[in-house]
Amino acid sequence: MRRSVVALARRALVNALRKPQFLAPLVIFPSLFLAINVGGLGATRELEGFPAVDGFLDYQLAAAILQSLLLGGVSAGIAVALDIEGGFFDRLVASPTPRVAIVLGRVLAASVIAAIQVVYFLVLGLIFGASIKGGALGVLCVLAIGVVAGTGFGAIGVLIALRARSASTVQGIFPLVFVVLFISSAFFPLELLSAPADVIARYNPLSFIADGMRQPIAFSNEALPVLEGLLTATAIAATAIGLSILALRGRLRDA
Amino acid sequence: MKAGLRTVGALMRRGLNEILRVPGGAVPGVLAPTIFMLGLAAVFGKAASLEGYGGVSFLAFILPVGMLQGAGFTGAATGVNLARDIERGWFDRMLLAPAPRPLLLAGVVASASLRALLPASFLLIVALAFGVDWPGLLGLSLAAVLVMGLAAAMACYATLVALRFRTQQAAPLMQIGSFVAVLFTTAYAPRELLAGWLRAIADVNPVTHVLEGVRQGFVGDVTWAATWPALVSVAGLVLLFGALAVRGMRRQGI
Repeated sequence: MRRSVVALARRALVNALRKPQFLAPLVIFPSLFLAINVGGLGATRELEGFPAVDGFLDYQLAAAILQSLLLGGVSAGIAVALDIEGGFFDRLVASPTPRVAIVLGRVLAASVIAAIQVVYFLVLGLIFGASIKGGALGVLCVLAIGVVAGTGFGAIGVLIALRARSASTVQGIFPLVFVVLFISSAFFPLELLSAPADVIARYNPLSFIADGMRQPIAFSNEALPVLEGLLTATAIAATAIGLSILALRGRLRDA
Repeated sequence: MKAGLRTVGALMRRGLNEILRVPGGAVPGVLAPTIFMLGLAAVFGKAASLEGYGGVSFLAFILPVGMLQGAGFTGAATGVNLARDIERGWFDRMLLAPAPRPLLLAGVVASASLRALLPASFLLIVALAFGVDWPGLLGLSLAAVLVMGLAAAMACYATLVALRFRTQQAAPLMQIGSFVAVLFTTAYAPRELLAGWLRAIADVNPVTHVLEGVRQGFVGDVTWAATWPALVSVAGLVLLFGALAVRGMRRQGI
């Protein structure tokens, strides 16, 4: 079982690295957004209610990471859908590979890519003048929340692909990623969001994940936001992986 | 001359037919800028209370950005469609036609210009529904001209990329061009509120003038001082990318 998961994860990673056109948007678009947000809206730090931070980049870094991780989920879903469309999935099912490994292999690959994404943005932030207030422990906290959240988003992508079975349908959820992100506190403090986004953002799980990653970057290693972020990410990952395995079983039953 | 116009008209109709026959294909180009516009207004709306925005709502400030993003997406989609035609061999058959290459390009680009009005109109309706002031007939007409012009320029750019790479996989390269061109301007904030490095880029980016030209009717009065740089910039972009795209078309099949 473990060998199958690792082998399938390795295949997914090699495939992703062979097609940089799928991987590049995961970091290029959020990096550009980060640059534009920081360069264009840095003056909003003067607004009443905006927390005291050293720089707007410190504040926006968590949003860029989260955006990138969500796009990673879409990318994982597209990869699974392409496997289904191309017939690889059927060949895999016909082989003696444990069923659960099919899901877990892809999810493990999403975790590795998520770690790369988090490290990329932290390094980018440091290069352009951000500081990580939580130090080395803070970096570990961000990495932990990011990897678990990325795992969850990857599993959601797999779940959608198993249900939709079409890459174009999975691609179609791309705008929804931004909808969900915009109605969270990822980009701006909750208190400064306009209605009704502020009310929705209060209960949006992405708000907890963003705030959990932002806390060690922009403020301190205060335990509560970090734990809330980690727990939310874990809950998303566990639920999405469980549902993906159920979706796979359902798909095999239908076949 | 008449035959040339017929060729351009036929290619325009072919481009526009896609909206009628594959309406789902036009949805992302309309939906994405709408989501961005409403999302940004919901998230950063309070930024408009900063001095420099002139008391206008953030939605009114950001609406022209959405319109130009829609034009950019439409232009990029033209390149993706051309790449698809190249992959399927339809483009090679088109090159065999006894029509000059610039006319073939003109047809494709003209359809992009017209198609760009679809997201722009939708965004305008949504923005008006959310309380943005009517820009006046002059402001609206100017916005339409500039949106169509930018879509034409971006279609030429995307055509250039499609002819170079000859695959739909180059789509991100086509999209990123318009994305950068539109957002590295005074898109989110007035010039005086931008960070120094972004202000420097916005100052040399011709799309800044185009954006300010579209924006003026929504945030105040239309003035000649803001209009002529916008028209000159968009004309310059169309000429530059048009010339490069014509050069690319002429090199095909040699």
